[in-house]
Amino acid sequence: MENIWKDITEETLLNEVQVLRADKYRLVQQCARKTEEGNYELLYSFGKGYDAEHLKFQVAPGQSVQSISHIFPPAFLYENEIHDLFGIEIKDITLDFRGGLYRTAVKAPFA
Amino acid sequence: MGALNFAGRALKNLFSAPATIKYPFEPRVYPEGTRGHVENDMDQCILCGLCQMRCPTKAITVDKGSQTWSIRPFSCIQCRCCVDNCPKKSLSMGLKYQEPGSVKVTKTFELSDKQKELLAAQQKAAAERAAAAKAAAAAKAAGGNAAAKPEAK
Amino acid sequence: MSNRSVVPFGPQHPVLPEPIHLDLVLEDEVVVDAIPSIGFVHRGLEKLVEVKDFNEMAYVAERICGICSYGHGFGYCDAVEHIMNIEIPPRAQYLRTILFEMSRLHSHMLWFGLLADGFGFESLFMDAWRIREKLLDMLEEATGGRVIFSINKIGGMRRDIPKEMLKSFRQRLEDLTEDLKVTVRTLLEDPAVKSRLSGVGVLTADEVETLGAAGPFLRGSGIRRDSRKLGYLAYDDIDFDIITHNDGDTYARTYVRAMEILQSVDIIKQAIEKTPAGEVDVPVKGFPNGEYMTRIEQPRGEACYYVKANGKKFLERMRVRTPTFANIPALTASLRGSELADIPILILAIDPCISCTER
Repeated sequence: MENIWKDITEETLLNEVQVLRADKYRLVQQCARKTEEGNYELLYSFGKGYDAEHLKFQVAPGQSVQSISHIFPPAFLYENEIHDLFGIEIKDITLDFRGGLYRTAVKAPFA
Repeated sequence: MGALNFAGRALKNLFSAPATIKYPFEPRVYPEGTRGHVENDMDQCILCGLCQMRCPTKAITVDKGSQTWSIRPFSCIQCRCCVDNCPKKSLSMGLKYQEPGSVKVTKTFELSDKQKELLAAQQKAAAERAAAAKAAAAAKAAGGNAAAKPEAK
Repeated sequence: MSNRSVVPFGPQHPVLPEPIHLDLVLEDEVVVDAIPSIGFVHRGLEKLVEVKDFNEMAYVAERICGICSYGHGFGYCDAVEHIMNIEIPPRAQYLRTILFEMSRLHSHMLWFGLLADGFGFESLFMDAWRIREKLLDMLEEATGGRVIFSINKIGGMRRDIPKEMLKSFRQRLEDLTEDLKVTVRTLLEDPAVKSRLSGVGVLTADEVETLGAAGPFLRGSGIRRDSRKLGYLAYDDIDFDIITHNDGDTYARTYVRAMEILQSVDIIKQAIEKTPAGEVDVPVKGFPNGEYMTRIEQPRGEACYYVKANGKKFLERMRVRTPTFANIPALTASLRGSELADIPILILAIDPCISCTER
C-alpha cells in the first residue's frame, strides 16, 4: 500500500488526470479546503488496487476549475458538492446540478 | 432446502415464548455500564466547573453564586465526558435511558446543606490562609528590608 | 414506438428509510436513465471542526450515521493518531477490531432484515432483527451504547472490555452461529429470491471499477478488493479471505454481503482468541499538525477520512468520503435496463446509507 502526495497546478490538472486514467486508476474522492491565506486547496485522490495517489492544487477565489467528469464519470457528484459547499466554479461537469445538489440555507456555507 | 429450514424455525417460534419483553409492564434490565443519563451526587460536588468546561454540547451549567448544578437533559449526548473528568467522582452515569418529553427542560440541583457548609468552611480556611500568607509576605518584605538595610550600610 | 416518461422515485418511498431522489426515465416499463438527487438533509457536520476541538470532534464524527457510527469514530481517531504519530497499544488494536466487526455484523443484519422486508418476507425480516437485537445487547454491554458507542478516543479506547465479557461474547456468538446460518441460507436459497435477483442490475468488473463503486457492490462483480487488507488494526494477524462473486448482478451483491455476516463472526472469534493483555490507551500531548487520509472498510464499502491540522486546537478540515456517496454513480448505472418493479430491490441491495452521504 502506497500513498503518494503530489502538488500540481490547475493548468496541468487535466494532463495529470489523463495519465492516471491511462494507468487504470480509479477516482477515490475529491474535496476542497479553505487555506489560511484565503485560497482554496483542492485535493483529488485516485486509487489503483490498494495504492493511492493524491493530487493537490490551489485556486484563487473566483477562479474556475476544469471538470474531470468526462475522464472519470463519478466525479460529477464530488464536483457538484465542491461547488455547492465552497462556491468554486467548475466548468463542464457532465451532470451539472447548478447549485441544486445540496439544499443549503446559506449559499456556499463552507467558503 | 432453505425454506424447509425456515419452516422449522417458524414452527419453533410459534410455540416458544416471545423474544421481546412486555415493556413497560416488565422492566428492562440494563447491562452494567450503560450510558443512560448523568447523575450528580450533591453531597460530593464541589462546583469546580470542570464538567461544564468539558461538555461537548454545553449541556451543563455550574453556578457558583447560587450554588447550583444544572443540566439540560435534551442537549446531553451521554458521551460520559463529564463523568470521566469529575475530580470528586460526584458525577455518575445512571443506567436508565433519558426519558422523552414534549418540552425541553433544565434540571437544577442545589448543593446539599452539608456540602454548602463544607465549601463555606473551605472558602473561609482558604481566605484565612491567603490572609495569613499575605501577612507573612508583608512581614517578610518588611523583615527583608530591615535585613537589607544593615548590609547596605 | 415506445412511450417515454419520467417517474420520480423518492425522496419518500416505502422501501427507503432515508431520503434519496431518483428521476427514472422510462421507455414503457424499462429504465433507460436514472438521475440521482441527494442533499435533502445535508447537515454540514464537517464544518463543525471550526467550533469543536479535535478531541470533541470524535463525538461528532461518530454521529454522522447511527449504523456506521463505529467506523466513523474509529476512522477519524485513526487519522488524527497518524498525524500525531501515536501508536496505540496492541490490546486496543484488537478490541477495536472486535468492535468494528460487531458493528459490521449488526449493520449487515439490519440490511438483511430490510431486504427481506423489501421482498415481503416478513418473518425473515423479524428473524434477522431478533438476532441483531442480541448483537446490540452485546455492544451495549461492551461500550455502554446501543448504536452510538463513544468508546474510541484519540490515543486508544475509553474503556477496557474485561476478559470474562470477551469470553461470554465468544460463547454467545458460537450459539448464534447456527441461527445465523439458517437465516442466511433461507434468503440465499429461496427460489423466489433467486429468480428475482439473478440477472438484474448487471455490472461488469470494468464498469464498477470505472464508476468507483465500493464494498460488496464492488466484490459482487468479481473484484477482489477489501480495505481490511490494507493492514490497519489487527486485520493482518487474522486469517480471512475476501468474499467475491463473479456474476455482477444483484444476487451476487446479496451473496457477498450475506456471506460477510458469517465471516465477521469468524473474525471476531479469532480476534477474541488472540487479544493480548495490557493497556488500552496512551496519553496524548500537544495538538496535531499535518495531514493524513485514512481508508477503512466500512460495512458498506471503503470510507476515507481526510484530516488537515495546523498545530492548533481546532482542525483545519475534516472530510469524510462515505461508501454510499461513491456507490451512487454505479447504482444509477445498474438501474439502466431494469424494469421499474425491480428498482426498489435494486436500491436496497446496495444497502444505501443516506445519513452517511449527507454528512
